[in-house]
Amino acid sequence: MERKAVDWWVGIFVLLGLAALVVLALRVGNLADLGTRGGYPIVATFDNVGGLKVKAPVKMGGVPVGRVQSISIDPQSYLAVVRMEIEPGIKLPTDTGASIYTAGLLGEQYVTLEPGGSPDYLKPNGRISLTQSAISLEQIIGQFLYSKAAETPASPGSQAGGEGL
Amino acid sequence: MPGQPRKPQSWDAIPRFGHWLLEVLANLGTSTRFLLLVLAAVFQRHFSLRQLSLQVYAVGVLSLLLMVVAALFTGMVLGFQGYNTLVRFGAEESLGTVVALSLVRELGPVLTALLFAGRAGSALTAEIGLMKTTEQLAAMEMMAVNPFAWVVAPRLLAGVIAMPILAAIYNVVGVWGGYLIAVPLMGVDEGAFWSQMQANVSLYDDILSGMIKSLCFGLVVTWIATWQGYRSEPTAEGVGRATTRTVVGSALAVLALDFVLTALMF
Repeated sequence: MERKAVDWWVGIFVLLGLAALVVLALRVGNLADLGTRGGYPIVATFDNVGGLKVKAPVKMGGVPVGRVQSISIDPQSYLAVVRMEIEPGIKLPTDTGASIYTAGLLGEQYVTLEPGGSPDYLKPNGRISLTQSAISLEQIIGQFLYSKAAETPASPGSQAGGEGL
Repeated sequence: MPGQPRKPQSWDAIPRFGHWLLEVLANLGTSTRFLLLVLAAVFQRHFSLRQLSLQVYAVGVLSLLLMVVAALFTGMVLGFQGYNTLVRFGAEESLGTVVALSLVRELGPVLTALLFAGRAGSALTAEIGLMKTTEQLAAMEMMAVNPFAWVVAPRLLAGVIAMPILAAIYNVVGVWGGYLIAVPLMGVDEGAFWSQMQANVSLYDDILSGMIKSLCFGLVVTWIATWQGYRSEPTAEGVGRATTRTVVGSALAVLALDFVLTALMF
């Protein structure tokens, strides 16, 4: 093999390796975010986002219409601020509601939008005010166990205390 | 085994084991001395960059196609198997995490090293063994040229350079293979595939540890390959046996070292 050809191949090989490392760091690892495909941003604040992740799907009637862009905390109200990017063709009424749901029992969490009936549409960077937080499975189980414990008559003396719940 | 072939008898077992053990220890000692001499030659740098580039071409670029094809199939199999298991729990969105973590932490470094031992390691052993058979190494010594510096050092360094590069390419192609199965074929949500992967694969804990692993494997596999070539019997049969020993020895060494490194790092 000619000298120049070998040098070319070695150069390409090393560059490929470096490119692979960059892809691993940026795309597979958690170093930087992936660019999104255009669209307009909207913002929603939640009390609790649960396990919602950046780039989780935003769905409307089960159809993906966007992605979660960033999740942060509002320093004034201490509420979770979720920035979403919505596909350009989809217009959302100003009274759209947003909820966080879980796909299956172990599945990932996603945002569901329920459009309202307002004649006005949300502008880019518009804020959704009607939100429903993620359902915390632990809280539900906790409440269920608590109410069960209150129902069962443990002893005649404790019956009165249980009624209050 | 040296000595006259005798009928094996039951009381022979213990002294034979002792003899074997001594041989293993002697091999360990001489091969370590060999490695130290080569490392010294690497740091003195008597070889030219040109030689190093030729060796990187021989062990790295020529192994690239094998790695890419193997990585693609590994990733696709991981995609299928992971999907079949995860879909029972409705957790197929975690497929990205499963594919990426298995590749980056284990399969990438280990399978690259095993394939590298078969493709490049055996070629290295055969090449150096042939140099010995044709008395090129002896001729070098006659001319006061250090064969460690001229023959072994650039090959060892090339192996250490090429292995992490190959592993990184292997990982990327493998993840892409898993993606091909997961998203277009099985219909896993694309955003979930990548976001779950990004959320759960850490740059320092997973990717960097995997790279450190493959660096160690690169050193060990090229060490074994060059050492087996260097000590091979100068006959056609001896070179053949040395090549086999390279593949078997480096495969076992990689698997054992992988266990140790995993226990240390994760």
